[in-house]
Amino acid sequence: MKYVDEFRDRALARQLAGAIAAEAVPEREYRLMEFCGGHTHAIFRYGVQDLMPPNLRFVHGPGCPVCVLPIARIDQAIALTEQHGVTLCTYADMMRVPGSDRRSLLVAKAAGADVRMVYSTQDALAVARADPTRQVVFFAIGFETTTPPTAVVMKQARAEGLANFSVFCNHVLTPPALRAILAAQGPEGVSIDGILGPSHVSTVIGSAPYGFVPEEFGKPLVIAGFEPLDVMQSALMLIRQINTGRCEVENQYRRAVTPEGNRKAQALMADCFELRESFEWRGLGFLPASALKIRKEYSDLDAEIRFPVETRESREVKGCECPAILRGVKRPTDCKLFGTICTPENPMGSCMVSSEGACAAYWSYGRFRDAARTEGQAA
Amino acid sequence: MGGGSISGSGRRFSLRLDLERGAVDMSHGSGGRAMAQLIEELFKRHLDNELLRQGNDQALFAPPPGRLVMSTDGHVISPLFFPGGDIGSLAVHGTINDVAMAGARPLYLAAGLILEEGLPLSDLDRIVRSMARAASEAEVPVVTGDTKVVERGKGDGVFITTTGVGLVPEGIRISGDLARPGDAILVSGTMGDHGIAVLSKRENLGFETEIRSDTAALHGLVAAMVEAVPDIHCLRDPTRGGLATTLNELANQSAIGMQIREANIPVRPEVAAACELLGLDPLYVANEGKLVAICPSDKAQTLLDAMRGHPLGRESAIIGQVVEDPHQFVQMETGFGGQRIVDWLAGEQLPRIC
Repeated sequence: MKYVDEFRDRALARQLAGAIAAEAVPEREYRLMEFCGGHTHAIFRYGVQDLMPPNLRFVHGPGCPVCVLPIARIDQAIALTEQHGVTLCTYADMMRVPGSDRRSLLVAKAAGADVRMVYSTQDALAVARADPTRQVVFFAIGFETTTPPTAVVMKQARAEGLANFSVFCNHVLTPPALRAILAAQGPEGVSIDGILGPSHVSTVIGSAPYGFVPEEFGKPLVIAGFEPLDVMQSALMLIRQINTGRCEVENQYRRAVTPEGNRKAQALMADCFELRESFEWRGLGFLPASALKIRKEYSDLDAEIRFPVETRESREVKGCECPAILRGVKRPTDCKLFGTICTPENPMGSCMVSSEGACAAYWSYGRFRDAARTEGQAA
Repeated sequence: MGGGSISGSGRRFSLRLDLERGAVDMSHGSGGRAMAQLIEELFKRHLDNELLRQGNDQALFAPPPGRLVMSTDGHVISPLFFPGGDIGSLAVHGTINDVAMAGARPLYLAAGLILEEGLPLSDLDRIVRSMARAASEAEVPVVTGDTKVVERGKGDGVFITTTGVGLVPEGIRISGDLARPGDAILVSGTMGDHGIAVLSKRENLGFETEIRSDTAALHGLVAAMVEAVPDIHCLRDPTRGGLATTLNELANQSAIGMQIREANIPVRPEVAAACELLGLDPLYVANEGKLVAICPSDKAQTLLDAMRGHPLGRESAIIGQVVEDPHQFVQMETGFGGQRIVDWLAGEQLPRIC
């Protein structure tokens, strides 16, 4: 595959691994948080950790849209189908995330709810066009990357006068989450030496919004692409900053990210959405100005206004460490449920659902490492 | 809901079935004349063979001496027609392959069709013709069958279940529990073609591709393999869940682990690109004309040569080996140079593709 294989090249990977091994100072530890689930996935899928020296550890961050959505919002999505009989269009991963009492959209669907899996916002719009007698709600989730496409369908629906389409908006913002992670101190906090910054999100928002990371928190950040060579090169750039005491925002993903980002996408978002005062994140709690809601001008497309729902207080599964894992404080293997009762077939928490979730990636791609370690200790 | 044996007795009808504009209706499953006509003018006409012509609710034949295998497979694919095949050819190939994976020579097939009210007769005609062509090319006749009609909305056009019996040659013992540490693991060609071909025709995806399904009957290839290396340990066709799932099944059944190399697994660039776009892994995408073989390592080259010598195995490759592992992990050296698990598929990667 042209333009893809180049970024997965084995020989280049060896070269980079050599450079990292040569430059990483053996006496110190390098704890690098990869913010995005896309990075986590690449690290596990390609076995990047195997090419790293033992004193470099990737700390998995909260940048998996499926993972950070709080249980309450899943309960509300289920309630939309049950209390208003709407057709709910959702990305596939969201269907398996357990809400309260381990009820997921998949379970609701089996019980009769009209839940459809879509690949894009356009698919959801097509469902609405196809059957004007049904109210169709798009379950919008994700960071700044997936927000512009939601804005596009809102504008299309408005232009077409589609009266049976609306959006259940759960779009969240990256910088406030990053800030929350860095601001956490004490046992709730995670110690990291540098950050692999968002990839696709940065194509939209640009590199400028990350200035606060070195300025206020004294941590270097390198915007990193999602291919395995991107991850390795970014790790090397962080090591160089750490070794020389530099602390700045660097951009490894120059082929797609500019300082100012995608102005057109930003304008679309600004036109359709405004800041919520506060929004709950799984693992990070309520964060001020961390999410978007639909502007008043588009309230006829806002499912939260059109179809108010009542839900009981949402409950996390007892023992589930997703919140701490999302903050990077705990590893998947620190969770008692991991691999015992919580597996991708039977997820207890959101991190075990999406392939970008730390637990699912670790379980599906990396659990042989623990097996080898345990046997090594036994022998 | 009524039913009708495909091999039921024939009658003549004043008006022929309207294969251009007609559609299946409830009377086609009622057991009356309409059903008899459907069977006569569609099924018997296309699938014609000596045993079917017996005209009974069952086919009568003398079993050949030796060990027989039997297998059944339901087909519920959407869309019904896809590049490289359709539900008819798929239903024939699928069961022939399941029988052949015991090293067996398939003898006879039976077919059960659930038709949905409203299915265009032209579609049904196309599907039955395709079944007939696939059966005739494979030289495995459909000797008995059944149709039922369900109300509109209670089926999805047509569901086909096929059952097959086959004869295992003397001295051949192929089973999923026979993989041993040190054995070589081979595949008969490129992975993921079928799933991507089907997916490309889903209305909500609509990407354009030249990829065709690999649907094919593999018993000829298997016969050549068994002749070259009679002590093949395992054979399995990596259909639903793809190569990854099949390898995990075998690892589980044989209580062993596997170590494979990503760089050795054949994947068409178009399939790799489509997977990249859709966020899929070709190792989990279905195949309908490929097999996985496990054999003693000293026979691997002989087996590979035999496979490559057959038209359906030209792109065969040795992809790894069986290892001892109490965890029964299928591990892979990635093309990138790292190591990872190739796990069971969790949930559904793609719905309804075979």
